Amino acid sequence: MAAKKPTVAVYKFSSCDGCQLSLLNLEDELLDLAGAVDIAYFLEASRAVKPGPYDIALVEGSVTTPHEIERIREIREDARFVIALGTCATSGGIQALRNFADAEEYARAVYDHPEYLEYLNTATPISETIKVDLEIWGCPVNKHLVLECIAALLQNRKPNLPQYSVCLECKRRGAVCVLVAHGTPCLGPVTQAGCGAICPANGRGCYGCFGPWPQGNFDSLVPTLTATERFPGETHLLLRNFNAHAPAFRKAAEAALTVGKK
Amino acid sequence: MTKNIEVGALARVEGEGGLYIGLTDGNVTEVRVDIYEPPRFFEGFLIERFLQEVPDITARICGICPVAYQMSSVYALESILGIKVSPQVRLLRRLMYCGEYIESHALHIYLLQAPDLLGKESALELAAVAPEVVKDALRLKKIGNEILKAIGGRSVHPVNVCVGGFYRWPDVEPLRALLPDLEWGLQAARECVRWAKDLPYPDLEVDYEFVALHHPEEYGVIEGEVWSSKGRKTPVTEFEKAYLETHVRHSNALHSHTVEGTPYLVGPMARLNLNHAQLHPQAKEALKESGVVLPLRNPYKSLIARAIELVHFYAEAIESIRAYRPEGPAHAALKLKAGEGAAATEAPRGLLYHRYAINKQGRIQRARIVPPTAQNLPRIEADLFAMAPKLVKMEHAEATLTAEHLVRSYDPCISCATHFLKLTIEHK
Repeated sequence: MAAKKPTVAVYKFSSCDGCQLSLLNLEDELLDLAGAVDIAYFLEASRAVKPGPYDIALVEGSVTTPHEIERIREIREDARFVIALGTCATSGGIQALRNFADAEEYARAVYDHPEYLEYLNTATPISETIKVDLEIWGCPVNKHLVLECIAALLQNRKPNLPQYSVCLECKRRGAVCVLVAHGTPCLGPVTQAGCGAICPANGRGCYGCFGPWPQGNFDSLVPTLTATERFPGETHLLLRNFNAHAPAFRKAAEAALTVGKK
Repeated sequence: MTKNIEVGALARVEGEGGLYIGLTDGNVTEVRVDIYEPPRFFEGFLIERFLQEVPDITARICGICPVAYQMSSVYALESILGIKVSPQVRLLRRLMYCGEYIESHALHIYLLQAPDLLGKESALELAAVAPEVVKDALRLKKIGNEILKAIGGRSVHPVNVCVGGFYRWPDVEPLRALLPDLEWGLQAARECVRWAKDLPYPDLEVDYEFVALHHPEEYGVIEGEVWSSKGRKTPVTEFEKAYLETHVRHSNALHSHTVEGTPYLVGPMARLNLNHAQLHPQAKEALKESGVVLPLRNPYKSLIARAIELVHFYAEAIESIRAYRPEGPAHAALKLKAGEGAAATEAPRGLLYHRYAINKQGRIQRARIVPPTAQNLPRIEADLFAMAPKLVKMEHAEATLTAEHLVRSYDPCISCATHFLKLTIEHK
């Protein structure tokens, strides 16, 4: 390994910058990380760009323009291992709300001359355009999980990512269940862990920003939530949010409307 | 002869953009800050969301200054509902802002701008020759993030802010535990000013119109009037009458300018020049010791303004944590009613204005967001335009770096400013 350090490239698509900022927020580890890998392309941090191909491409953001489709294909060809970094990259992010609306109407609401804009009618995760080797969920990602994934790749092992829901993190930190104790709507039971259950610990319900937990029991949770709504349509809005385009949340958000009508 | 200077992708700014300067026979024919950052339509999809969701959603406009987006949102929405938050909530909100300023300014000073002044490609390259500077920089930055984590659970998109206050009072102990680090940070920030004042800044003086929020009793961040260095004093509710976003014939995008049609500057230099009388005594002392004379008019020296603000916000954070005594409800009850309201707060990059209209169910009917970089882009272009004749005499690589350096010194956050696509100035 000492002979040649693996090269890492960091790319941004449609996003808020928060996930790549998580890398710069690794204040205690950043200099060590820069020693272990060769950061070859990371425009937010450096103007020095080394030519590809790269060993690892970290991609933040979702695909929302025709140009981004071309770009992500080039990145795939240039990288051995592609990691989708954060909720925009893994499920489309908050801007994927346009997938359930008329994107042109949105454009008209914001811009006087929407015809000047170039955009797709959908915002989609990276994996809908190219093959992705690893997904790290979170809005934003947990920086320690990003570090774990890079370390695992360097050590040629499988990354150790949490395989449970936010509920378990609540139990572990001794947080009171906001749903059971206070009737506060919470997506914790169906949401992928990784955040540390910060919302329930702050007395509010989980809003699902780490995306659906694959084994989440939506059939049970959705009727429970619709029965305790504080305003009509709350469950639907809760699911149709930062991970609106993730299939499990998409389906559950639709179910919430039907259940709500009954 | 035509010579173009084109920078494909700007490095060390937040978001993606490039710049284009077209010169014909030595005369500037085109200056353009191209924004590749795609539009995400926040003002579109906010429609029909419930008001309590807004601060979580608008935070996602910018991962570097999410607190600013949360704060402008909650103050605008609270103004509709007639909520006046308790003094302890207000103190905590300013403390969050302290965390965000510390994190964002330390990032920009050391990781984004200083490498330009010191002839380096990045802070990592700087770390190879001056490891102690970069280590201190990272520690300075981390402490800001730790404040946000202690109040909001995490530094990027914190989760504790709500319309009416906070979901829950943060525990006192984790905040108090930060005091030794903050005391170190205050001294390190003082040191940062001493270091910053002597950096090799290029000469440039611009006759800016500075615009910032002003508060008579504190360094303007969350409430007050919009002041301009040309003497204009505008209540926040009148902001859109004094500062317009309109279409320019030769541009595909909106331009922010004053009602007279001139560009203006928001951000750390504007705040320092207009509000230095309200700085914390520690920051005043740092300013005096530095020998820097106000008003600052050199865009590169906005780094010094950030360093002085770093002192201010470290000092304020220490006092706020000592004064923090959670008591009573952490948030006011919401009594929904229809209406429209606006608020402006000072993001690290400058004035951030939000306006919302809601119906009686508390659903958003209209949203308007004017981010700081959107206001500064016409000003950045005007400066590049003035600089262009000098650029043409340089070697291509040097001209590119010089132009890039100027843009970076403004700390543009392009993720938030995508109202501005392919900003173009054309002279025939």
